[in-house]
Amino acid sequence: MGSLSVNHLVGIKELSKDDIELIFQTADNFKSVINRPIKKVPSLRDITIANLFFENSTRTRLSFELAEKRLSADVINFSAASSSVKKGETLIDTVNNILAMKVDMVVMRHPNPGAAKFLSENVDSRIVNAGDGAHEHPTQALLDSYSIREKLGSVKGKKIVIVGDIVHSRVALSNIFCLQKQGAEVMVCGPATLIPKYIKELGVKVEHDLRKALEWCDVANMLRIQLERMDVKYFPSIREYTMLYGLDKPLLDSLSKKIIVMHPGPINRGVEITSDVADSDQAIILDQVENGVAIRMAVIYLLAQTIKRVE
Amino acid sequence: MGEKILFNHKELDLSVNRLCWQLIENHCDFENTVLIGMQPRGYFLAQKIHARLLALTGIQDISLGSLDITFFRDDFRRREEPLAANQTNINFLVEGKKVVFIDDVLYTGRSIRAGMDAINSFGRPQQIELLVLIDRRFSRELPIEPNYVGKTVDAIDTEKVLVEWSDDENRNGLVRLIRE
Repeated sequence: MGSLSVNHLVGIKELSKDDIELIFQTADNFKSVINRPIKKVPSLRDITIANLFFENSTRTRLSFELAEKRLSADVINFSAASSSVKKGETLIDTVNNILAMKVDMVVMRHPNPGAAKFLSENVDSRIVNAGDGAHEHPTQALLDSYSIREKLGSVKGKKIVIVGDIVHSRVALSNIFCLQKQGAEVMVCGPATLIPKYIKELGVKVEHDLRKALEWCDVANMLRIQLERMDVKYFPSIREYTMLYGLDKPLLDSLSKKIIVMHPGPINRGVEITSDVADSDQAIILDQVENGVAIRMAVIYLLAQTIKRVE
Repeated sequence: MGEKILFNHKELDLSVNRLCWQLIENHCDFENTVLIGMQPRGYFLAQKIHARLLALTGIQDISLGSLDITFFRDDFRRREEPLAANQTNINFLVEGKKVVFIDDVLYTGRSIRAGMDAINSFGRPQQIELLVLIDRRFSRELPIEPNYVGKTVDAIDTEKVLVEWSDDENRNGLVRLIRE
């Protein structure tokens, strides 16, 4: 086992295939740790991590916090709603003030694309991107691939379709990079208005017919419609979207093979996916959540390994 | 750099036999005893001991597991080389059991300290014993001593004691003292 080729996890784009494999192997060990009666290891007991969330999050934030605590790190939490950001402080100032309190690593979610990269170039700390605008959400893509690997044995050669709001989705972009680096074929599917114009240049297939896309794939990753990021109308109505791009049980059962259904959450039941699909044995949505903790433990552990000790 | 063979596979065989009889003497039917091989190298010896115990006692269900201590070590971020984790495989309860740790070489005692920490994640054992093939006495950094010893070796810090585990029967269990 080596170490990561990067000092920060800004995006999947910067990771190598070996980095991804190393994260998965480490996550295998942590998955066994979190299934023990005592789910904690003392590795990071002298590391302090700040979770900076400039944008709402429930699952990712809890998952990161749990991962950090399972590694015995000290954790401080920060949310933009109750901070000096509202008083006009810049991002670098906010982070440098937090780092002055001897923090070793920063996990950050921010509404602006590139915020994590900007921070990694301007402050002296390890940065983990927990989502930056519509750019990347690397740990989500890692846990998605890890869940596919767990279910199907490997990601290489598998066909994965990402369905829904691709244009506003950081999960989609990170997933495309992550899956392609491991040798999977990727397709995106959704209404033309929600598919970015130049996405084919990333080497992904584009399909507007959901049934055709599902017949093609081994795994379908159903994304949420991000109404909060939509400044104009991208489709006539939610009802019409659901009729054309919603996955329901009759459609799932009519396919010629059993596919795996994923969803990064939060689910809008009855919009992109119906309840009986979300709760069916083909859905691995809760496995994804469990794997999220193991993946985040692995990422934090591997990045922390490179932090120099002050003797 | 010099090298000295401390133990060949025949001597290993004899020692494994003796260690097994000592275990049988203390644990009788192994009903309340579990064997834990310390990953990675102690597990080879643990498998050997386990197989021999089955053959000697005729008991078919002696529990054997492997324990990885990577995340419990006390030298995280103190080493140049990153630490590689191995698999932990303990699919039985440790709570209230007599645990026998099995490792190939006992040196500073720090791995065993980490192992005692790690095993607590699986419950509170009634007792922990330590079986080692090679005890490098006089080099301990913690107050840890083995209960069962294959051979005691006096080696200085610049020397390495290496147990070779290989498929080649003549090399399997060869213990070498390497001077750097």
